[in-house]
Amino acid sequence: MKPKRRNTLHSQGGKKIELLEMKNIYKKFPGVIANDNVNLDVEGGEIHALLGENGAGKTTLMNILYGIYQPDRGEIYINGKKVTIRSPRDAIELGIGMVHQHFMLIPTHTVAENISLGFKEAPFFYPTRVIEERICDFTDRYGLKINPRAKILQLSAGEQQRVEIIKTLFRGASLLILDEPTSVLTPQETEELFSILKRLVEEKHSVIFITHKLEEVMEISDRVTVLRKGKVIATVKTKDTSKKELARMMVGREVIFQLERKKIEKGEEVLKVKDLFVENDRGLMAVKGVSFNVHKNEIFGIAGVAGNGQRELVEAITGLRRVKSGKAEILNVDVTNSSPKRIGDIGVAHIPEERIRFGIVPNLSVYENAVLRDYYHEPFSKGSFLNYPYIKEHTKKLVREFSIDTPSIETPVKLLSGGNIQKLILAREISTKSNLIIAAHPTYGLDVAATEYIRKLLLKKREEGAAILLVSEDLEEIFELSDRIAVMFEGKFMGIAPREKTSLQDIGLMMAGSKTLEEKDED
Amino acid sequence: MGGYEFLIISVLKRALVAGTPLLLGTLGEIYAERSGVLNLGVEGLMAIGAVSGFGVALVTGNPWLGLLAAAVFGAILSLVHAFVSVTLKSNQIISGLALTMLGLGISGLWGKAYIGIPLTTKFESVKIPILSKIPYVGEILFHQDPIFYISVIAGIVMWFILFKTEVGINIRSVGENPLAADAMGVNVYKTRYVCVIIGGVLAGVAGAHLSLAYIPSWIEGMTGGRGWIVIALTIFALWNPLRAMLGAYLFGGIYVLQYLLQPIGIPPNILLMFPYLATLFVLLVSAQETFRKRMGAPRSLGVPYDKEEK
Amino acid sequence: MKIKVERRGEISPKKRFVYLILSLIIGFLIGGLIFLFKGINPFYALQKIFVGSFGSIYGWKETITKAIPLMLCGIGLTLAFKGKFWNIGADGQLLFGALLATWIGLSLGKTYPAFVVLPLMFVGGFISGAFWGIIPAIMKVKLGINEVITTLMLNYIAEQFIQYLVYGPWKGKTQYGFPYTDNFSASATLPVIKGTRIHYPTLIIGIILAILIYIFIMKTKTGYEIRVIGENPEAAKYAGINFLKTTIIMMAISGGIAGLAGVGEVAGIHHHLTTPTQISSGYGYTAIIVAWLARLNPLVVILSSIFFGGILVGGDTIQTSMGLPFATINIFNGLILISVISINFFLEYKISIKR
Repeated sequence: MKPKRRNTLHSQGGKKIELLEMKNIYKKFPGVIANDNVNLDVEGGEIHALLGENGAGKTTLMNILYGIYQPDRGEIYINGKKVTIRSPRDAIELGIGMVHQHFMLIPTHTVAENISLGFKEAPFFYPTRVIEERICDFTDRYGLKINPRAKILQLSAGEQQRVEIIKTLFRGASLLILDEPTSVLTPQETEELFSILKRLVEEKHSVIFITHKLEEVMEISDRVTVLRKGKVIATVKTKDTSKKELARMMVGREVIFQLERKKIEKGEEVLKVKDLFVENDRGLMAVKGVSFNVHKNEIFGIAGVAGNGQRELVEAITGLRRVKSGKAEILNVDVTNSSPKRIGDIGVAHIPEERIRFGIVPNLSVYENAVLRDYYHEPFSKGSFLNYPYIKEHTKKLVREFSIDTPSIETPVKLLSGGNIQKLILAREISTKSNLIIAAHPTYGLDVAATEYIRKLLLKKREEGAAILLVSEDLEEIFELSDRIAVMFEGKFMGIAPREKTSLQDIGLMMAGSKTLEEKDED
Repeated sequence: MGGYEFLIISVLKRALVAGTPLLLGTLGEIYAERSGVLNLGVEGLMAIGAVSGFGVALVTGNPWLGLLAAAVFGAILSLVHAFVSVTLKSNQIISGLALTMLGLGISGLWGKAYIGIPLTTKFESVKIPILSKIPYVGEILFHQDPIFYISVIAGIVMWFILFKTEVGINIRSVGENPLAADAMGVNVYKTRYVCVIIGGVLAGVAGAHLSLAYIPSWIEGMTGGRGWIVIALTIFALWNPLRAMLGAYLFGGIYVLQYLLQPIGIPPNILLMFPYLATLFVLLVSAQETFRKRMGAPRSLGVPYDKEEK
Repeated sequence: MKIKVERRGEISPKKRFVYLILSLIIGFLIGGLIFLFKGINPFYALQKIFVGSFGSIYGWKETITKAIPLMLCGIGLTLAFKGKFWNIGADGQLLFGALLATWIGLSLGKTYPAFVVLPLMFVGGFISGAFWGIIPAIMKVKLGINEVITTLMLNYIAEQFIQYLVYGPWKGKTQYGFPYTDNFSASATLPVIKGTRIHYPTLIIGIILAILIYIFIMKTKTGYEIRVIGENPEAAKYAGINFLKTTIIMMAISGGIAGLAGVGEVAGIHHHLTTPTQISSGYGYTAIIVAWLARLNPLVVILSSIFFGGILVGGDTIQTSMGLPFATINIFNGLILISVISINFFLEYKISIKR
């Protein structure tokens, strides 16, 4: 391989994107229309925000642009010419770069090594040296400060993100897609990112910025396109709109199905959490002093975008993660750092966030999964033996009661649809434990019918006396089901309010980090 | 030279020779595992290398042709493992075990004709001019068989490729995060195939060293579990070719130690346990170290890559 | 042209069986090819193997005899493999079982009657094999150390230890310098079916254990825990299953059953302890295929152990009548294993070619 001359690594000529147009993009997945006739145009030198809730279709649209998905209908034009993007390599060739929400980096390798990965223009010998030299260029031009010799795992999230951006620039990206880039950043890092974006735009790059955070849309974007449930609501110039207006467009006032919520007096306290501090897998504090309680006949909803500490909070309460400090009590029993079995025995049901990874054993049958959390006590087992006749009867009952669609109770559970798997998990948990029900993103990825079923079920349990802790990114769901709502942002609760005393807009704003309950609404 | 000096030089020299097949095998396994594929067939591959190397050297009278044959057969057999593990995405542990059985079986069958036949055309020690005259060190390092020199060069070259070249970055990334590598345009399947075959070639050569230089003859079961020690050494080496050299030669020393301690009166069978006990010890130490250094196996080791539709 | 690979849904047992037979046939075909390559008539060799093992009463006697240790080791392995604990150390566990049984047999055999000594030997063999199996279990759960290597190393160590004993302190005074211990007295010797070498008490124990372990895996709480750990360790954590306790129980039983195989060999076949290669001609390794072919079902192990018992006898046959080394049989073992796991791919995935 001929060693390349330095200059060529940096050549960007020929890939400049002056105008990107996505026309009438339609993409359907089983059970859901992700993009419904979406039109988007981005001009050179512009920062264009793509705003919407989770499930609105923003990431799907960008994955289509980056060649990860193919649209069912619709076309893409660059500089007026129609293009076909069949894979990320095509997108890179055309000058499109993408920084994913979950970084595609190798933690044990250095920055330079990560940038060199698969980089055809890098020299065979000491590829990192050339990269290290070139990086100075980037620092000067875009303000992207990074130590090329540092290992990725030593870097903060903001620095890692910079590496991802540099990766795209090295490959000649003219248009950069950033998927929820600030979800992992601190406020300072966010400011640093914004100044980098401004520099990029000065150098005539364009940026598509996927986000759900209104504050940032207002601060950094030139124009914003709002998506809701796969459709474009509007594309506006940022300076012509306001946070309030955007929130209304983003969240809307529609309700999919009518759920009956009976007014009930809440009962005694079931779960009490005080000053809880929990670390995440990387040793950083994910839950920073959370206190709250949940009562009988009450649904306590924790709203917020995933990644703000909700997972660690739920794992701490259910015995799957150690608590750094603080206390959790269920029915007056101290359960801080107790085992999952002990907590389950107190009557705590846990519907886990990643249902297939944690909630079921895919290769085992439906009835074997139905007793995953109860197998060890009567009447599911007698002595050392499992009581299969009872287990099978119980499972059949669950299948009937919860309308679980399965060929038989012997079917391996991995063959069931997502909705039926979730129903099975719910059925399993709720049927034997219903003092405290902890449901994490219970309807994530499910179709409308399963979603409606599960929400109705939770409301029913609430009437029957259960205390329910609901964690969800779906605002509609939070609003429909919860008696009280807390918003979790960066490890803390932004505020706890009764449902009647707050509005969708307020919640939306809190989720986006832009207000707490103490602030007065002055918009 | 006094008696003690002679002894020490002899011991060190023999340790390097004994460590050579271990080094070769470990270097190959490091590449395979760095790309994410666990190859437990090394024992069988070494056996194939030993028998094919011996056989071809015997027939042709040229040990180098034997070496080549060992490399070729090692490559062919490891191709089976690559196909089953990478393309068919099967259980890599069972596939590797099957490969060991196959290799041991084929070599047993093939080698039957060679039992008891002495090899006149083995690899003789080669004295490197000038360097071998350096007192003490010269005799130890520069008066060895050619395969020793090859293995040392291989160790350094393979370390360099793995850590200082573009190819090495790609290989290591495939083993750590095949999804990221794929997204950057690296062909995960091809990379894994190549690395597994490199492992096969080196394991074959390691076997050839046993039958063409170290022992040299063909005895059934002559690999004596070295293939498994290679797997342990790969962990001890923390998947780094340079550290592999350290480990291999230390282990070579253990083999030599067996002979040294014999006259003391330790029962020979207890001595024969040493390499295996040492392996367990090495694993214990590695477990502590990977914990301390927060460094472990390539993250995707043993996990078949499935390019699933999202 | 595009090759599309997609997962299949439920697979019928009938289809599985057909594919299994197919993989066996392919294994033998390729093995035959290798024979051909070496200038050996494959048909002759295969005929010798199968006729030798299944074509005569004598063949069947030998086949059943060899099936006994395969059955026991195989049953133990189904348990370990169900928990995805790759126990390659059945040979070593077998040897350790033989070891303690020998000690008990020699110590008590002269003074106590058979109905005392023999059960004690079995119990001792079980405990000893269990001990050798628990060591790698603890190393894996507590320290994360790869169990393939640890169990293997323990094989080699056990081998050398036994060699040491029979060449050294345990060498029999009545054995003319051969590496055997003294012969067991009658009360430490297992009865055999008249005219055969089949030590039927061990066989009966094997069949009973097949049923017991099947029940254990499928019907007990601990068996359930083992299966969950093997199939999805994350879900096992979510369910609050105790990894250490469950893994230790699992390996204690797996190693213990292999230990029983060792008792059978010394008390039923050899009547003394001798060199490891005499006691076990690779039973622990062949048992891996026995268990895998049986799809980890202890009841089916009864059948697959007989099949492979036949193959091992075939190995003896081609050794004596064709002068081929015993290791040759490993070729078939390896090929069958590869065929079985390769064919599995075609069971799980459907390949369609689109133009």
